[in-house]
Amino acid sequence: MTNSFFQHHQTAHCESGVISNLLGHYGLQISEPMAFGIGAGIFFGHLPFVKVNGVPGTTYRIWPGAIFQRVCKRLGVRMESEKFSTPEKGMQALDKVIEAGIPVGLQSSVYYLPYFPASYRFHFNAHNLVVYGKQDGQYLVSDPVMDTATTIDPESLAQARFAKGFPAPKGKMYYPVHVPPTASFEKPIKAGIEQACHFMLKVPIPMFGVKGIRFLAKRVANYAENPGDRKATLYLGNIIRMQEEIGTGGAGFRFLYAAFLQEAAVLLKKDELSRLAGELTKTGDLWRNFAFAAGRVCKSRSADNVSYKELSQMLLECAASEDAFFRKLAQVKW
Amino acid sequence: MKKEEVPQDSDNLHEGTFKQIMYAVDNSGNYVQVQSAGWEPENIALDQAWEEVNERVKAARARVEAGEISPVAYYMEKNLMDLPLLASYVGKFQWQVKRHMKPGVFKKLGPKLLQRYADAFKVSLTDLLHIR
Repeated sequence: MTNSFFQHHQTAHCESGVISNLLGHYGLQISEPMAFGIGAGIFFGHLPFVKVNGVPGTTYRIWPGAIFQRVCKRLGVRMESEKFSTPEKGMQALDKVIEAGIPVGLQSSVYYLPYFPASYRFHFNAHNLVVYGKQDGQYLVSDPVMDTATTIDPESLAQARFAKGFPAPKGKMYYPVHVPPTASFEKPIKAGIEQACHFMLKVPIPMFGVKGIRFLAKRVANYAENPGDRKATLYLGNIIRMQEEIGTGGAGFRFLYAAFLQEAAVLLKKDELSRLAGELTKTGDLWRNFAFAAGRVCKSRSADNVSYKELSQMLLECAASEDAFFRKLAQVKW
Repeated sequence: MKKEEVPQDSDNLHEGTFKQIMYAVDNSGNYVQVQSAGWEPENIALDQAWEEVNERVKAARARVEAGEISPVAYYMEKNLMDLPLLASYVGKFQWQVKRHMKPGVFKKLGPKLLQRYADAFKVSLTDLLHIR
């Protein structure tokens, strides 16, 4: 089995990247932004109660697995998905499927993937990669966020697949059993856009969507008192990382979603979407400015009240900009 | 973000080779994929997260040497774990793992359980008993 068997394309985000690479293998060409848009991947949430290593969670995307589910449903792709009780069973099942020449998507922890730079290896369990063969006892891996295809030893792969914690992958593996040779993207695009607008504007919980950005802004304004300077820089650091680290495509998936709108505009011949893509790009730039300013505060390790207030103000601008954008997007007439 | 504005702030965190994909607009306003070697704010944030980890490891080490806590607590920090995560790796309740962090309790642990801790931390039994 050679590398040419499976086409590896580097993408920004692991989940939409695996979808794009896997479906492309079966002749259904779908770009990463298109997968992200049809799966309504864009989102915002700030969860002060869900702490990882004592730092509240922030997300710029929908929960793991949702993009996959939605894309498959909307395009009529049928997936076989399995979880396992023990690593032995999980690795056996994997061997069987790749022997049959079927590339397999795997949920895994980043912590146990030796091909990642050490500094990126945290206990993050919702990573996705494709294994497409075995050679000299090593698994052939197409990890969408990596530049090129790579390999991994069986022991590390088993550890990554059966890492504990939340969400526990339990060896989850998935592969398409039915892929339509062609699919019309028109309806899936509309459904994806509608859903994204709903999640950004209408979820009646103050931590989610545009409301969630304002919620975060309010908390950042008080960071000097709660949680206090030392922790506040850690909190800010985490917001920056969720926004800009590997997988986001920049500005917390905002640029990725804008790229989707641009592609959709051409497919559906709707200039309006292309204009809206331009607006979202500007919003993304606002987010980047925020990250830059927040990075400064982190670096100086302390901030006066003023800079937290300023950061809070920048977040409110992001919120206002997204509010206006999603309202317009929700009103696009089809 | 314009294509030319995609940051290339490489530092040793990326080990010089790792490049991620960003989406940026080219001169005619179309989105394209561009490789980025990293960005300063992200590097600062990542650096800071590691500094925090290193500080915690250092503090835990000092406390083990002072006889205040057992190596379980030290290796937990070293492996970037928290109590719930470690408990699920060794298949114990959190309160049990907490007890095992007391040097007195740790000394009396059976070889089977010690092996489970060693496996969870990916160290040898000797290293588990005497931190290096």
